[in-house]
Amino acid sequence: MIQINNISKEYNGVRVIHIENLIINKGESIGLVGNNGAGKTTLFSLMLDLIEPTTGEIKLNDIKVNESEDWKKVTTAFIDESFLINYLTPEEYFYFIGDLRGQNKASIDAFIAQYEEFFNGEILGKKKYLRDLSKGNQKKVGIIAALIGDPEIIILDEPFANLDPSTQIRLKNLIKDLTQNKDKTILVSSHDLNHTVEVSDRIIALHKGELVKDIKTSTQTLEELEQFFAI
Amino acid sequence: MFRKLIGLELKSFMRSASLGKDLAMKIFIWLFGLYMIGSMLLLGIGLYFILEKAFPDQAPIYFVNQFIVIWFIIELVMRYMMQKIPMLNIKPFLIQNIKRDTIVDFLLLKSVFSFFNFLTPVIVIPFVVSNFIKSDFTSLELIGWTINILSLVLVANFLNILLQKKIIDNNKLLIPFIGAITILVGLQYFDIFYTTKFVGNILNYMLHHPYLCIIPLLLVVGLYIVCKKVITSNFYLDAYLKTDALSFNDNDFSWISKFGEVAPFMQLDLKLIWRNKRPKTAVYTALMFSLYGLIFYTNDMYSNSPMLAFVGIFMTGMFMINFGQFIPAWDSSYYPMMMTQNIPLKLYLKSKATLMYFSIIVMTILTTFYAYFGYHILILNLACAVYNIGINVPLILRIGANNKKRIDLDKSQFMNYQGTGIAQWLIMIPVMVFPILIWSLLNYIFNFLTASLALAGVGIIGFALKSYFFNLIEMAYKKNKYLSIQGFKQQNA
Repeated sequence: MIQINNISKEYNGVRVIHIENLIINKGESIGLVGNNGAGKTTLFSLMLDLIEPTTGEIKLNDIKVNESEDWKKVTTAFIDESFLINYLTPEEYFYFIGDLRGQNKASIDAFIAQYEEFFNGEILGKKKYLRDLSKGNQKKVGIIAALIGDPEIIILDEPFANLDPSTQIRLKNLIKDLTQNKDKTILVSSHDLNHTVEVSDRIIALHKGELVKDIKTSTQTLEELEQFFAI
Repeated sequence: MFRKLIGLELKSFMRSASLGKDLAMKIFIWLFGLYMIGSMLLLGIGLYFILEKAFPDQAPIYFVNQFIVIWFIIELVMRYMMQKIPMLNIKPFLIQNIKRDTIVDFLLLKSVFSFFNFLTPVIVIPFVVSNFIKSDFTSLELIGWTINILSLVLVANFLNILLQKKIIDNNKLLIPFIGAITILVGLQYFDIFYTTKFVGNILNYMLHHPYLCIIPLLLVVGLYIVCKKVITSNFYLDAYLKTDALSFNDNDFSWISKFGEVAPFMQLDLKLIWRNKRPKTAVYTALMFSLYGLIFYTNDMYSNSPMLAFVGIFMTGMFMINFGQFIPAWDSSYYPMMMTQNIPLKLYLKSKATLMYFSIIVMTILTTFYAYFGYHILILNLACAVYNIGINVPLILRIGANNKKRIDLDKSQFMNYQGTGIAQWLIMIPVMVFPILIWSLLNYIFNFLTASLALAGVGIIGFALKSYFFNLIEMAYKKNKYLSIQGFKQQNA
């Protein structure tokens, strides 16, 4: 599903990420962990062709991301607030994304109705633009928008940050539900080892731009990770 | 404390992302500022002698006094449109151990050093010096007069702060001001009451009684205190410091759906324009400039000059220029999202082009009333519109591919240079100069009609080559993708 070959990115001669070889299979749920500056967001940005790699290539679904745009049909992401159009209402934003992904208004209405609980009554029908929502509520909108159109690859950068405890729990359940059928590949980055271990079946740890751990989640995983980061 | 705040202010200026990066732009603005100051200085030096010659039976200073009130109003209007309320990135200070009084004092004093406060002194001081040398007024009288006038400058400065603060909350507050000015102008026009003479006489009286300059000084101090009070009492994140929001508007432009595949983007663009200050200003400016023709068509000097083509291109294309030059920077705050979506770039560009076509058609319809000045004007304007549609729209889109500067949609007033680079000035050359050259040349060799038809012909050829042009433009956008994404991330660039 996702193939990474010898990818690296340098800024002014300083290498911020370098991954020799990484293959992610269909249906896997990946947790990407690492300290600040480890290269998590850079890796996601490279996958989404938002920055140009210095060397190497990334393939989503066998499509080189910087050569064709066909991967966009099966991939969605929420990286940060630059994925939101802040002068739209949440509904309008969902409709707009739906339009881009070939969904009509009625199917979007049905789709967002499923997430009423996740929104906790704070998002829909509030007559507010996205720019007037709190950071946490903006994030909820961004995450749900990334699920529109039945994508095969979903990339979420720090989805747990800024969310209230109830929503964090709901988000964990939501991610677990998505991965149940093993037909979607989900990549989630987080600083919180607990969350990541809970929702992912494979953990990838980055440290200073290098891949340092790549393990299948088991009962010992959390302990192993805590030991690694407790330097 | 003050010294530290000044230090921070300097740092924020020196380290702002825009300084240095776009030196040419900075130099241009500085040169423009220097030019303004220079012209004012020349005016100030020459004023005494010009007036003495033109009105030998009246002391120049009396004459000047009559015009002070008009000058004051113009200055106030200019400040209202261009001078921003003094702000400083204040959030970090709010909970620090600094008295609010100190910060507010600093803000208000900072406003005293605004560019606008130097325009009048630059005229007044050389004028007073000439009076010292040439006129019979005592130095005490002239010093008093100088204090009066300079106080008025500060009155305008603080009044503007108060007005902007109040009017941002409620636009209707402008009405009494506009009403009062209209009434005074009307009274003067119908010879009932002469405001200019009335104020002039007061100033003349004060000139002869220099100790009265204490009154305007007290006025300045009073206004300062009021300003300080208003700002201090509003010194909360949700009051003074809040950037003003436009009211909620849930028009979803669903009628656009008829436009087919470009519809979602056009809806987005219309919402962008309607719900954000800066693009809204672009619309108002375009509408205002549809009156531009009045200057040229009423003046015989321009009856057959290249300026006619200039006005035609300008009026029908004002929105195209104003909006188009910042494509795709309008979408800068969510550009990364757009780039990961399943969007054919061609559709994106096509929707922007459709919007510009639409604006050109609307502006052309608005300018049909100039047919009053002769059908040849109508024909030329139509030709200019066709040229705009065929050549200028793709040209502006192509130049836009090089936009790398972020635009914050909600921060805008007139004279907002954010997102402006040297490219925005260079854009004018092909967009304006080519059509004017074509038209003037043919008008000179053949005649008005041939020139206009040729201009339209070029436009039609351009329109026929549309898909070829759009392929080139699409390639340019793809090539600049990473640079644009990176550039749009830079705040305050």
